[in-house]
Amino acid sequence: MAIGNGFKLRERVSEAADSFRRSPLWESMFRPGSPFKRGYSDSPRNRSYVIMNNVLYHLHPVKVKRHAVRLSYTLCLGGLSFFLFILLTITGIFLMFYYRPTAPAAYIDVEALSTSVAFGSLVRNLHRWGAHLMVLTVFLHMSRVFYHGAYKPPREFNWVVGVVLLLLTLLLSFTGYLLPWDQLALWAVTVGTNMAGFTPLFGNQVKFALLGGIEVTGNTLLRFYVLHVLFLPFVIVIFMAVHFWRVRKDGGISGPL
Amino acid sequence: MAEIPEHLLKRSAEAQARALGVPVEQVLAEIRGEAAPEPPARTPPSPAASEARPSAPSGIPEHLLRRTAEAKAEVVGSSVEQVLAEIREDLAPSPPPAAAESAPVADAPSPPVAAAAVASPQDSPSMAASSPAASSPDPSDNGAATAVTPRPVAPPEDIPEGVRPQRLLTVVKAKAIQQVKATPTDKVNTWPHLMIAEFTALMVVTAVLIVLSVILQAPLLELANFNQTPNPSKAPWYFLGLQELLSYYDPQVAGVIIPSITGLVGFMAIPYVDRNPSTKPSDRKFAIMLFTLFLTGSATLTLLGTLFRGPGFNFTYPWADGIWFDDLKDWVHFE
Ligand code: HEM
Repeated sequence: MAIGNGFKLRERVSEAADSFRRSPLWESMFRPGSPFKRGYSDSPRNRSYVIMNNVLYHLHPVKVKRHAVRLSYTLCLGGLSFFLFILLTITGIFLMFYYRPTAPAAYIDVEALSTSVAFGSLVRNLHRWGAHLMVLTVFLHMSRVFYHGAYKPPREFNWVVGVVLLLLTLLLSFTGYLLPWDQLALWAVTVGTNMAGFTPLFGNQVKFALLGGIEVTGNTLLRFYVLHVLFLPFVIVIFMAVHFWRVRKDGGISGPL
Repeated sequence: MAEIPEHLLKRSAEAQARALGVPVEQVLAEIRGEAAPEPPARTPPSPAASEARPSAPSGIPEHLLRRTAEAKAEVVGSSVEQVLAEIREDLAPSPPPAAAESAPVADAPSPPVAAAAVASPQDSPSMAASSPAASSPDPSDNGAATAVTPRPVAPPEDIPEGVRPQRLLTVVKAKAIQQVKATPTDKVNTWPHLMIAEFTALMVVTAVLIVLSVILQAPLLELANFNQTPNPSKAPWYFLGLQELLSYYDPQVAGVIIPSITGLVGFMAIPYVDRNPSTKPSDRKFAIMLFTLFLTGSATLTLLGTLFRGPGFNFTYPWADGIWFDDLKDWVHFE
């Protein structure tokens, strides 16, 4: 496409892009072997560098067992649980901008979010369905690990870490359930915490600690809010870090069967 | 051996063939053990190279000698000068005993020992030749010690300063610092193979979620009202299995949270209870049966609690009381 003075737009754009990629800023952003660097070529060495010289090295080894790459082995369920957690964090931060954790305000905010905030309804839906999906993927991930016998030595402890992750996922979901402060939230949490109250011996204490009172109140809302947006994510991230680290230290993905 | 995948064998045979200059088929046959190993077409280490020069003038700096002598004198209780003289005497050329000393090391057939030696540059070809890196099929130098027997030959005058005949420092068992138990496995690069699969899965799930979120509106009922208990009141779906259980057993008697907490602890204990080392499904029928029972049981209870419980938490059909379909109508919104 030619525009004035005989300059070709495409040429100019690619020239500009090229000179930007030669700039010290761009050069400094990527470590050797990055595919974003100028002159990257597809070679076995560079394929290793892409991982080794990259923050991804915290998650992935340079090479993995061939069978682990096949989708049919892990079904990517652990990875998807992690991805959903990231997605929930991002959408959750967006929701926090519009939400006050006090008794009637919470409901009004959620309602306003769905009606008068750009993309508010979409983001809220993503957060809610994503949360349900995460409970499901974590549960299915556990089942796939069981059926593969992937909890057997040396992976016993990672299974234990996994059970904690499952519990934390459920708690995250449950504490989030109260936050819209509508009838569904109030009574689901009432039923849920009543179930906790059936704990023999110290049932009432458990219930009192969960609710911050003897029934669901504004205190409970604040309590669940802090657990939901701060405490539980903090703890689950730590457990996830240990979980991923153990996957690698225990020799990568188990199998093949 | 039998577990090494074919294409890996081939790749390694190719590399070895290129290094040795022999046909790939031959190497492949050797690796498989089908053909007798051919002595490699390497030039044998030249005698000149493998011969070490005598350990004559020690070349140990004077101040080190003195320090040693001082230490020894202190222990023995004799004078430093005397010890120093003794040491000098020891270091003076007396080759035959030295050869005799290191001979057993060099001859030791197994376990293989490697001599950590201060090698003079002339020796390095012979070191390389017998190093395991060559992975030679020649049985004669398998496991041979890398010690070079010093011979009583007078040093040529032209050996430059600093290039001294080698001395045996220590004998080190040929054992790795780290125990490497890895057996060869079939591996592929994470980039691009795994990353592409992951990225695809991520994109698919994102797309599905976005479509779902556009179609399905998350529920928001009326403002929380303590005076108006909905009928039925239900916990979130993932606890409905538990709620269902609660409706069968008297909670005060059976307890529910305790079983579920012990259930969690029990889950954590699975790897320590199931000591069967096999991961083959056919070897673990009982474990698989138990887990499948758990899965179908909890799925059934959850579905029952979600869909088949109406007012008063009594049994109903989802279409009879409109529990499921009314909600769905509320949630779905095409705009
Ligand atoms: C927030 C929840 C969780 C996340 C984000 C997560 C993530 C992951 C990831 C990414 C992997 C790598 C393999 C794969 O994708 O399947 C993995 C492996 C594993 N996970 Fe999880 N996981 C979670 C919960 C669990 C639970 C609930 C259990 C079991 C009770 C568990 C036990 C294991 C074990 C034993 C492995 C090793 C499997 C193997 O080597 O084949 N994880 N996890």
